[in-house]
Amino acid sequence: MSATAFVAATSPRSGGLRRFASQEALLAVAVIGLAVVVGFINPRFLATRNLADILLGNAYIAVAAVGMSMVIISGNIDISVGALIGVLATLSGSMAVAGIPIALCWLTPLIFGVAVMAAQGAVVAYLRIPAIVVTLGMMSILKGGLISVTGGKWITDLPQNFHLADLNLFGAPMPVVIMVVATVLAALWMRYSAAGRAIYATGGNAEAARLCGVNPQRTVVMVFALHGLLAGLAALVYATQLRVIQSTTPPGLELTVITASVVGGVSILGGVGTVVGSTLAAILIAEITSALVFINVSPYWTDALRGALILATVIADIVRRRRRAARGWKR
Amino acid sequence: MSVAAMNPARRLPRWLARHETLLAGILVLALVGLGALNDRFLTPDNLLNQGRLMTEIGLIALPMTFIIITGGIDLSVGAIVGLCAIMLGYSWKTFGFPLPLAIVFALGVGALAGFMNGLVITRLKVPPLIMTIATLALYRGVAEGVSQAHSVRGYPEWFYFLGQGSVFGVPTQLLILVVLIVAAGVALDRTTFGRTLYAIGANETAARFSALPVDRTKLIIYTLSGLASGLAAFVLVSRVTTTRMDMGMGYELDVIAAVVLGGTSIFGGSGTIWGTVIGLVMIQLLKNGLALTGVKGDATIVVIGVALILSVLIASSMQRRRE
Repeated sequence: MSATAFVAATSPRSGGLRRFASQEALLAVAVIGLAVVVGFINPRFLATRNLADILLGNAYIAVAAVGMSMVIISGNIDISVGALIGVLATLSGSMAVAGIPIALCWLTPLIFGVAVMAAQGAVVAYLRIPAIVVTLGMMSILKGGLISVTGGKWITDLPQNFHLADLNLFGAPMPVVIMVVATVLAALWMRYSAAGRAIYATGGNAEAARLCGVNPQRTVVMVFALHGLLAGLAALVYATQLRVIQSTTPPGLELTVITASVVGGVSILGGVGTVVGSTLAAILIAEITSALVFINVSPYWTDALRGALILATVIADIVRRRRRAARGWKR
Repeated sequence: MSVAAMNPARRLPRWLARHETLLAGILVLALVGLGALNDRFLTPDNLLNQGRLMTEIGLIALPMTFIIITGGIDLSVGAIVGLCAIMLGYSWKTFGFPLPLAIVFALGVGALAGFMNGLVITRLKVPPLIMTIATLALYRGVAEGVSQAHSVRGYPEWFYFLGQGSVFGVPTQLLILVVLIVAAGVALDRTTFGRTLYAIGANETAARFSALPVDRTKLIIYTLSGLASGLAAFVLVSRVTTTRMDMGMGYELDVIAAVVLGGTSIFGGSGTIWGTVIGLVMIQLLKNGLALTGVKGDATIVVIGVALILSVLIASSMQRRRE
């Protein structure tokens, strides 16, 4: 019965805003609720140090999930992002070790991220190849390329001033600042700018968007380019946090990022979702992973839990959509 | 496109002849080229050994061809291989099942995993791409959780017959693959089940209105995909003699690349088992040829990625020109 009440509360007439807000509110409640419950079982979970570790260590996932959310909202998917972040982090670190000016080391991953993703976006949009094929191919190109070029060597002796993530801005650590700024800017831009709305229009119904004067192809390329910029930013946060950069791709990173987007309320069918939701979800997932350790569950179960979480959210989203569509038909 | 698929007797063979001639031509060129570059390449021993190595991918590529023909996809196959390998090893070593029962159990888990995919895809209408990304994470995670990243070793000698033995000089698993290729080819080309797959891929709504059992057919092919992944896990464990939870990682790339390279349209509605076999052989020869010329294993996945994107690009541009 509560499901019926929920559907009523989120009926189309109440507008999109309240529906999105409810998903985000739910996530916020879950983030706080989980902290309280786990803190009750094991107070050490709530130590400032641990909470800071959760936020700082996973900020880059939230940043990447902002871009991923845009891609999924536009009706596409990207599974090359994990490999790309690995490549960009290695690139940035190697440049720093080679003595190239730090500003350039920070800027290069952003530029390369945009270039690689925009190229993929162009293939998806103009040659009409499904994003899954393009990004699956790109994933193996990046992953294999990285290992065969570097031989899996670790990058050590990074210069002291390379560690952007160790800096503080207005008293807040840099990864958190970047995460918050990226999320807020992207959320406002997607909500209030014409280009941002075009992403929703394209994902909701590309043909209808075209008839309304939106260029769906250009929108998809733009979305992928922005996603590349955010992936570059994520790689930067990730690389500058580490003392040693292992020149391999973080395993399963693309799945973590996709999970954050989907659990954050981004509909896998395109057209629906916000980046505030995906950032909250990224924090929630990191919190769950950490909580498992504190309540003595083997960390090897983390991936299964992540899979179950993504599956449950996807099914809930589809069922909710279908109920709403059924109501629409009746009217 | 839809005409070609719905009217196989007239239109499809002509188109296929072109595509397969092209593929077979490239294959022969690749064989000759690699043979000229390296004298260890064109030997019966090497070729039979390559057949052994490509069996796991080949087993999964058969149902994957069915799935892609219907316009679907299954990204969870690699994870199912890992899950089944773990289930085989753990049910034998930890739960104390007799080994034959453990094998059946692992195959059952594979079929069940595929059945779950099919059930949610057909009943709840979750897009196959999303469903199988979710179960990719879930199945691999369960394999990781159950095994706690420990491996299982020390199988009895007879267990290795499938993965390492030979019958009349031919690797055991290759014989099984050949039998299944023939069965899949006949099923796809000569049965109502096979023709239903093309109809679904060409126009699912039309297939439904033609009273074809769309949901049941989809359920069957996703279950087959899981079962084939289970069988691949059995062959793989038997070949490499240990069970690890990361087995089959990245298989989805090789399998999809083989199918798409073989001319099956990623948009559904067309494709053949014959094409998939050529795609499969090409990928294996590519890997082997590169390895023999001194390219390391990691670089070959770059080549497979490029081959995947290029083959889809070429196929779609050819199709557009026809239209």
